[in-house]
Amino acid sequence: MEKIATRQAFGKALEKFGEKYPQVVCLDADLSKSTMSKFFAAKYPERFFEMGIQEANMVGAAAGMSFTGKVPFICSFAAFVTGRFDQIRMSIGYSNANVKIIGTHAGVGIGEDGHSQMGLEDVALMRSIPNMVVLQPTSAAETEQMIEWAINYNGPVYFRLTRQGIPQYDISDFKLGSIPKLMDGEGSAFLATGGLVEAAYEAAKKLHESGKAKPAVFNGSSIKPINEDELSKIVDSFDEVIVFEDHSKIGGLGSAVCEFVAENGSKAKVIRYAVNDTFGESGTPSDLYEKHGFTADSIASKFS
Amino acid sequence: MSPNFQTWSEKTPKIRENILKMIHAAGNGHPGGSLSLVEILMALMGEDGAMKLDTSNYESNDRDRLVLSKGHGVPALYAMMVEAGFDITEDELMSLRQLGSRIQGHPDRVRLPFVEASTGSLGQGASIAQGMAMSYKLDNNSHHIYTIVGDGEIQEGQVWEVALSAPHHKLNNLTLIIDYNKGQIDGPTNEVLNLENLKAKWEAFGWKTFEIDGHNYKELYEALTHRCNQPVCVVAHTIKGKGVDFMEGGIDWHGKAPNDEQLTQALESLGAPIGV
Repeated sequence: MEKIATRQAFGKALEKFGEKYPQVVCLDADLSKSTMSKFFAAKYPERFFEMGIQEANMVGAAAGMSFTGKVPFICSFAAFVTGRFDQIRMSIGYSNANVKIIGTHAGVGIGEDGHSQMGLEDVALMRSIPNMVVLQPTSAAETEQMIEWAINYNGPVYFRLTRQGIPQYDISDFKLGSIPKLMDGEGSAFLATGGLVEAAYEAAKKLHESGKAKPAVFNGSSIKPINEDELSKIVDSFDEVIVFEDHSKIGGLGSAVCEFVAENGSKAKVIRYAVNDTFGESGTPSDLYEKHGFTADSIASKFS
Repeated sequence: MSPNFQTWSEKTPKIRENILKMIHAAGNGHPGGSLSLVEILMALMGEDGAMKLDTSNYESNDRDRLVLSKGHGVPALYAMMVEAGFDITEDELMSLRQLGSRIQGHPDRVRLPFVEASTGSLGQGASIAQGMAMSYKLDNNSHHIYTIVGDGEIQEGQVWEVALSAPHHKLNNLTLIIDYNKGQIDGPTNEVLNLENLKAKWEAFGWKTFEIDGHNYKELYEALTHRCNQPVCVVAHTIKGKGVDFMEGGIDWHGKAPNDEQLTQALESLGAPIGV
């Protein structure tokens, strides 16, 4: 199956929609070749702003542009842009500024660049800001739909995108908050997001084939908000819900599910399968996914 | 039309009175750095001042904009908004810092239109102003963007990001005013973290820089209406607590409200002509 990085899908989508939506502008902090804002930059140079390595200023400038009617996309690595937390909190979040934040290079899946470049706490930070929508698309098609939705949505949105290619599973039409089902099943539900959708999906396939378990697989691409009716149905119709994410165990999608279950009760036990409260390091993406247990074999081996 | 500085001067005791009364009513707030701003705001927003205002259409881009980046000086902005004819009354000013009030302790664009940015976490308003200037440039909109930063505020690295960035983006539609009142919470600015030499620094970054008396209308008006091919920085020397004799120059009055007796005493000391 063809693999496409969601950062690539973002870059192509913004290039595509730039024509239809002249109010869109794009700012980058010296990473346009990595965030893939380079496609927009090449096609609409007058609406692209190279800000240099000034993430804080980029956040504020984008807020100012939004207050005059523009729809700015600001791009950097997830770790760097969400590191400007107070700027995002005050200049964007508080004022419900119509700014779309693109954080690429999410998770240990980025590989060799190591600890400093890996966005592992970004979802925890962005989820805590009122008004902020948090999305992590699962395919190129879904990325494109989300980008067009975000252009038309009046408020801040954080996009968490992968550096690495991910397989293109069949994704239904994007609906904010919805939890689309990727595979039918019973007993266990896998709720996976971003770079870990592949391992979760392939593990489920193996388990169905071997007959050891019949997990269902769900796409956790809407991290905030989550449709509570849909989540409620999932946690009440399975014995366990395992949340898979290439993010810290603290504060991500798994935490969001735990928060819901703690207050509302559930039939299912919730298990978080994530980076276990530790920092990243250098290594090939596959070695790192092996180390963290983020492979189909490792996941399948938990079921005997 | 050139402004009548005498008329401006006659109006400022009322603005200072409102600043003092609203902070007194709230029981806390920042009188020192509000009083130092009065002449700067009058020169921008007063009758025939440097700014083209639209006091009713907050969505319009057909106007100049002012971002008060030093958010703690907002009582001065509120009082000036009353004078300039915005939809806000003297009575409402007295709800400063009360639950549910539009007159929040720091500027709040969500609750009160024309407050162009929600500031108070220092350094951020300057970037927001830069973004507005970038947007106006892109649209060939000839209106001007102003931002006021505190002298303590420019200790924030983000301000120096703007210092580097605005000239690069050729933002000659942006004027940044430094309210150089020489004081911050922990002490005299140049003891807490030395700022000198401000004019040389901003010039070195590529700004057309004026160093003026921030309580003198003629100097303010000339600097604030200056247009050239660079962004403009106005280093405005001011006095913290200006206009109230016992507050002038006092660091103690950075973030303290006057009590009943001090308010009476402060109001009695207003009235001496300032600005002309």
